[in-house]
Amino acid sequence: MAFNNFLKAFVFLTLALLILFPDVAFAAADAAKDATVAAGAPKPTRADYPIIGGLNARTLAWGFAQMHLFLAAFVLAVPLFSIAMEYVGHLTKDERYDNMAHEFMKITMSAYSLTALFGGTLALTLFLFYPHLMGYLMKVFRGQMLIYALLFLLESVTLYIYYYSWNALRWGNRKWYHMSIGLLLNTVGLSLMFIANAWATFMMSPTGIDPATGAVVGTVWEATRNPLWNPVNLHRFIANIAYGGAIVGGYAAYMFLAEKKAEIKAHYDWMGYTSNFIAIAGFLPLPFAGYWLMAEIYAYSQQMGITAMGGILAWLFIIQAVLIGTIMLAANYYLWCGLMRTDRGAEYAKYVKYIAVVIVGGFLVWVTPHSLILTTDEIRMLGGTHHKFLGPLGIMPAKNTAVNLMLVFTFLSFQMFYRSSRIPTVSWAKAGNMAIIALYVVGCVNIVFAGLYGYITPTVYKVGASVPQVVSTLSIIVFAITIDIFMLRGAKTAKVHWGRMSERSQYALFVLPVAFTWLMGLMGYIRSSLRTHWHVYTVMKDNSPDAYIPTIGQAGNTITVITLSFMAVMVFVFWLSRLGATSQEKPS
Amino acid sequence: MTFARVIIFSLFTLLAFTGFANLVPQVQGDPPVEEKIDAGSLDMAGMVSFGERLFSGKGTCTLCHNNLGRAPDLLEMDLAKAFPERLTDARYAGIAKGKTGAKAVENYIIESLKDPSKYVVAGFGKKGSSDSISPMPKVDAAPIELTNIEMNAVTAFLQDRAGLTPTVSLPSAEEASAASKSEDDEDEAEPVKTGVAAIEKYGCATCHDLEGSEGDLGPKLNGIGNKMSDAKLVEAIVKPNAEIAEGYEADTMPDDFGEQMRVSELNLIVEYLKKLPE
Repeated sequence: MAFNNFLKAFVFLTLALLILFPDVAFAAADAAKDATVAAGAPKPTRADYPIIGGLNARTLAWGFAQMHLFLAAFVLAVPLFSIAMEYVGHLTKDERYDNMAHEFMKITMSAYSLTALFGGTLALTLFLFYPHLMGYLMKVFRGQMLIYALLFLLESVTLYIYYYSWNALRWGNRKWYHMSIGLLLNTVGLSLMFIANAWATFMMSPTGIDPATGAVVGTVWEATRNPLWNPVNLHRFIANIAYGGAIVGGYAAYMFLAEKKAEIKAHYDWMGYTSNFIAIAGFLPLPFAGYWLMAEIYAYSQQMGITAMGGILAWLFIIQAVLIGTIMLAANYYLWCGLMRTDRGAEYAKYVKYIAVVIVGGFLVWVTPHSLILTTDEIRMLGGTHHKFLGPLGIMPAKNTAVNLMLVFTFLSFQMFYRSSRIPTVSWAKAGNMAIIALYVVGCVNIVFAGLYGYITPTVYKVGASVPQVVSTLSIIVFAITIDIFMLRGAKTAKVHWGRMSERSQYALFVLPVAFTWLMGLMGYIRSSLRTHWHVYTVMKDNSPDAYIPTIGQAGNTITVITLSFMAVMVFVFWLSRLGATSQEKPS
Repeated sequence: MTFARVIIFSLFTLLAFTGFANLVPQVQGDPPVEEKIDAGSLDMAGMVSFGERLFSGKGTCTLCHNNLGRAPDLLEMDLAKAFPERLTDARYAGIAKGKTGAKAVENYIIESLKDPSKYVVAGFGKKGSSDSISPMPKVDAAPIELTNIEMNAVTAFLQDRAGLTPTVSLPSAEEASAASKSEDDEDEAEPVKTGVAAIEKYGCATCHDLEGSEGDLGPKLNGIGNKMSDAKLVEAIVKPNAEIAEGYEADTMPDDFGEQMRVSELNLIVEYLKKLPE
């Protein structure tokens, strides 16, 4: 009873604090404003950048920042879908969901301290090598940095309570207390991410300062809600879910391959399927969040936008397309292999080749470049700045059409697997199926026509022309799910043979975390490079010896080394979580 | 065995991504290069030529003013026709409104450079602003930071493209002196392209023995690449007093190379030194 009361009080007080927190936080931070020096942004010369032990400051900061981000994305994402699964398990009374959510959290626990470790090392690296920049950021964000530290403490407390109280608060009303703690954990986690995002986006689109001198003239809140803050918040929030799903999917795939017992293999097959579902569910809306972010970048600074999409960084988006295409193909391949789990899967397998054509075709359109920096020889070989026939495939309308069709057909792959184990029994099943087919046809036709319209509208409206395409894609997904929900009520269910999967299919699940990790590294490089030779864009110049955008090859090599380091850390984390479940037999 | 297979497969996937990143064209994005000009001796033809270089260089005008439709294509359109239309446009309310002639065009261009939202060409405004806000940055502010002389040069270039005789004033002796001082202070000379040229520019061989130059004020640099890492070489150039070679004195080598050199030049020198034979 006393424990219950304590929990009630804890949850209530912390939630109340968080509801009040934004005001309290910013009021506290702004109170320190008077104490800050009203001078402008620092102007360090090259000699002001410390050279310590022959270390390359940028590579070091880059590595630690990326490692921290990888781990943070994982430990922030897993509690998000753990609580969702816990809720589903509670509603459906299916213990498998609860057990899997618990297992997810077990992996997160091992990763959490490493996240903090890399975060601390990153902070030290930045203070050591970039003292002027960090000093300036502290002037701008003042007490918010302390609030960040306090939130981190709260995150630790809630995470530990959430994990360790799992079995103590498993049934009945106690489950609601447990989920409330989970909700609190996620709220604190997201707040942490939003605050860190404010610092990163302030460096790209500074506000709350005098643009001429960089002097701090606004409140912390004004610096926080800079133009790119919310687009990055949304993009990272969604991407984290996709990323977390991909990592856990890799874990499940490894366990599936390593285990011999059929029932354990079945468990990890199911875990892999669920993780892949989470990864792709997070991935489907990601391009739209990306478009919003890029549209806001263009709105903030057209120059910055063009630097990204049509300037020196343009080739990176071709690499990005290759990575996303790889992810799409791997995820779809895994889903197609999954059709063998059900006895009716073969009925749907015949459609796979058509889906494959759309996915591969979309991928090829996506990788077709348009505005690139070309040499004179290359221009001569192409017969102009753009290829005669393929050039039109390089611009946004073609790419928007391609990506929307790829997303629609990926969803179709999901739906086929879902339907393969269910036979509708409602009287209107035939009409329902016709409605779904009509939905796909009309939606795809609309996507293609909106794409064609994009060719005849002025450039500034091309992104706007993609809105009907996005609406079509989302409509297909939402309405198809809605129709299925009603149509499959009381449906005959066919057995799903979990564990009846080829080993080859599991390698598709490994492709996801590897490609996601590398892709995140690449996008981080692009985001930072958009500032070009500025620490804080237009306000504080980067005069360090590394004030240049590295070549794609150099960046790719660095990202690979960081990804390898992260993979090594995750292997350690997975090993730790397995070690914790291992007991030595008592000697006889 | 499973572990090894998974690791090998993941490594292979990673290497494929890395290989692709190394196959595409490699371009390093250096900070903008300031062109050193002798402002005092610039004539109008020189201004026009300087303006043309700024238009596609430091001014980054061609990022948007091209055939992709984000801004009027100033290099292709008929400026002789466009300027008078702008000045008589009912939506234009700037300082050159209703006026004609080259001077009015000059005022209009300068006004547009400093305050692009003063008049936005129909269809080129920020989305949702009804063509009242221009997406173009103020070119005299960061990140472009054109000086008055440079804005005049761009204006002269555009006037020339419109078939007008440029009316901008040539740099005064005072402005030329200020520009020259600024260039001296910030070393805005064109960066060199080779290691040999960089060594020559900064006179390294005067004091160091480099491939037989016999300089003896500083240590011999032949074979230095075998003794020092890249980072140490950078430190030795940028902070020469951080570590003094045995037998040599501190404060002999200038300690402001870090200020004088561009990143590309520093890298060229390091690459050159690394390849020096014993």
